[in-house]
Amino acid sequence: MSAVTAERRMLLLADIDEPGLATREVYERRGGYQALRKALTMEPDQVLAELEASGLRGRGGAGFAMGKKVSFLPKGAARKYLVCNADESEPGTFKDRELMQKSPHMLIEGIAIATYAAGIAEAFIYIRGEYVLQADTLDRALAEVRDAGYVGEDVLGSGHSFSLVVHRGAGAYICGEETGLLDSLEGKRGNPRLKPPFPAINGLYQGPTLINNVETLSTVPAIVKMGGESYAAIGTETSKGTKVVSISGHVQRPGNYEIELGTCSREIIYGLAGGPPEGHEVKCWFPGGSSAPVLTAEDLYVPYDFDSLAKAGSMLGSGAIIVVDDSTPILDVALKVAKFYRHESCGKCTPCREGTNWTVKMLERIAAGEATPMDLDIMASVCSNIIGNCLCVLGDAMAMPIGSMIAKFRDELEQTIERARLRAEGALAHELASDVALDVQKVLF
Amino acid sequence: MSAASGWDRATEAHKPPAEIPSPEEVEVPQALRQEIEGHMALYPDPTSAALPALAAAQRLHGWCSPQAIEQVACVMQVTPASLEAVATFYDMLETKPVGRHSVYVCTNISCSLRGADALFEAIRDAAAGDADLNVRPFECLGACDIAPMASVDGVYVGPLDIEDVPALLEDLRAGRPVLPDKQLARMLVADPLANAREYPSHPVQTADRGDSG
Repeated sequence: MSAVTAERRMLLLADIDEPGLATREVYERRGGYQALRKALTMEPDQVLAELEASGLRGRGGAGFAMGKKVSFLPKGAARKYLVCNADESEPGTFKDRELMQKSPHMLIEGIAIATYAAGIAEAFIYIRGEYVLQADTLDRALAEVRDAGYVGEDVLGSGHSFSLVVHRGAGAYICGEETGLLDSLEGKRGNPRLKPPFPAINGLYQGPTLINNVETLSTVPAIVKMGGESYAAIGTETSKGTKVVSISGHVQRPGNYEIELGTCSREIIYGLAGGPPEGHEVKCWFPGGSSAPVLTAEDLYVPYDFDSLAKAGSMLGSGAIIVVDDSTPILDVALKVAKFYRHESCGKCTPCREGTNWTVKMLERIAAGEATPMDLDIMASVCSNIIGNCLCVLGDAMAMPIGSMIAKFRDELEQTIERARLRAEGALAHELASDVALDVQKVLF
Repeated sequence: MSAASGWDRATEAHKPPAEIPSPEEVEVPQALRQEIEGHMALYPDPTSAALPALAAAQRLHGWCSPQAIEQVACVMQVTPASLEAVATFYDMLETKPVGRHSVYVCTNISCSLRGADALFEAIRDAAAGDADLNVRPFECLGACDIAPMASVDGVYVGPLDIEDVPALLEDLRAGRPVLPDKQLARMLVADPLANAREYPSHPVQTADRGDSG
């Protein structure tokens, strides 16, 4: 193991497989709920100040500063809500699953602290319906701490009260989009809403709502424990702290790894995950889930943090690296990705609904040998006409990776078009020839 | 003008839309009513209980049948149409009768890079003709670390080989835990630095996650 990895700091994954960690007893034995106790001795504004000082940016995809988000909520007695976004559905992402399943109390403690800092009395965890084991684990953990007085009325005698409900979704990627999630939590179809107003002003049941990802909230206890400034000493200037990265696809050791933001991407893909199987090279990789524009082998030395990846033309997103090696045609990757977004588009905005559909159709034309290189330009223009023209970014999330594949693998796609066309023409010629043969037979016999 | 062709169920345009069912007219099984009312009590607005209520009705009826939807509508005191709108939106709510065991095979990008499409076809073919099984290709299930994988009645198993398919279906049909050695619940985190100590109660080590590619 290299020196870089040996120094890695474990804030979220430390001893995560310790048997019984999902119980309050073991979690507390390891210092759990100490951060909540500490926070409750502070003023809510002080806790908020620590969160702002930490520089923690949202771990769900957008990377918005968490402390700032909390500060956007109106002060005072309005009925405010906290919603933990546990609808982890971004392809390639599975960090929240591991955190909730193995360390549910860390999330509950983070939520308890956040509700205290923001003066919120009602909290929800919106977890995707497919995560049965994780939702059951959270329900069990929640029952335990409700009985112990950590959640509910007058938390640990502090005067702060909040309720917490685990709400199970039913399978829809769009419910990970924060306003789609809110509609779904209100018992409707998960259609995104027009923004502004943003959820901090007008969210769940039209009330001010703080929405944070599981990993973001799970990091809160560590920040309170160590202090915002110490936390901010980890990572880079604009990307503070550690990040759980999910690595999958063509790597030898897929899984979750906790890295310091700013770590070299190659160190993660090769050093930690072992790189592609022997004899293969990285062809392209999604740095932040399938919605992120692809990067290539040339970008392997980009530091893995919000701004470096943005500068390289992609994004950190949910922190999910999907590696594709040289054994896979880029057309297959594009088709998989496009079909996913077509399936998951809620259908509300025309550019997304039609754009995802036409992109799939055009990619299928390539595969069928019916396309010309001009189709690549049409596809690129469809992509650019989706971006920024819808209520939410689901369409953009298809347009960005597909657009990047067209730009970066244009030569390969043109060759694919040509080969598929020749194959189709060959098949057609063969068919015609056999038709003629049939006619000749008819004449002769 | 009738509704567009293909929308068979919308062509009865002459009928007035179903109203909120009257509790006197609709019989709702007591356990289902209690479960739905329990969910409704959790939220500031009881309408929020639509998803858990429909899920409960689906567990009882096998799918979101018109009868199931009517019962939920009756307890929640909303129109059946509003619940149908919800049911048709979500992948896990079935709007047609299906087998009682669900096998969701992830065929999204990370799993497909590791052979998920062939795996799905193998499971589908092996399950063909068995009305008890609901085998579906599914979008990313959030377990790309055990790709290719499937969720069998909500239990995640992987990484799966084609050779695992007969045992998987055999376990499922026999009512046994499915492929116990391949269940996600037993997997350690991949990061070698995460666990400072060894935990023998977890028999499956990360190294067993299968060879790549």
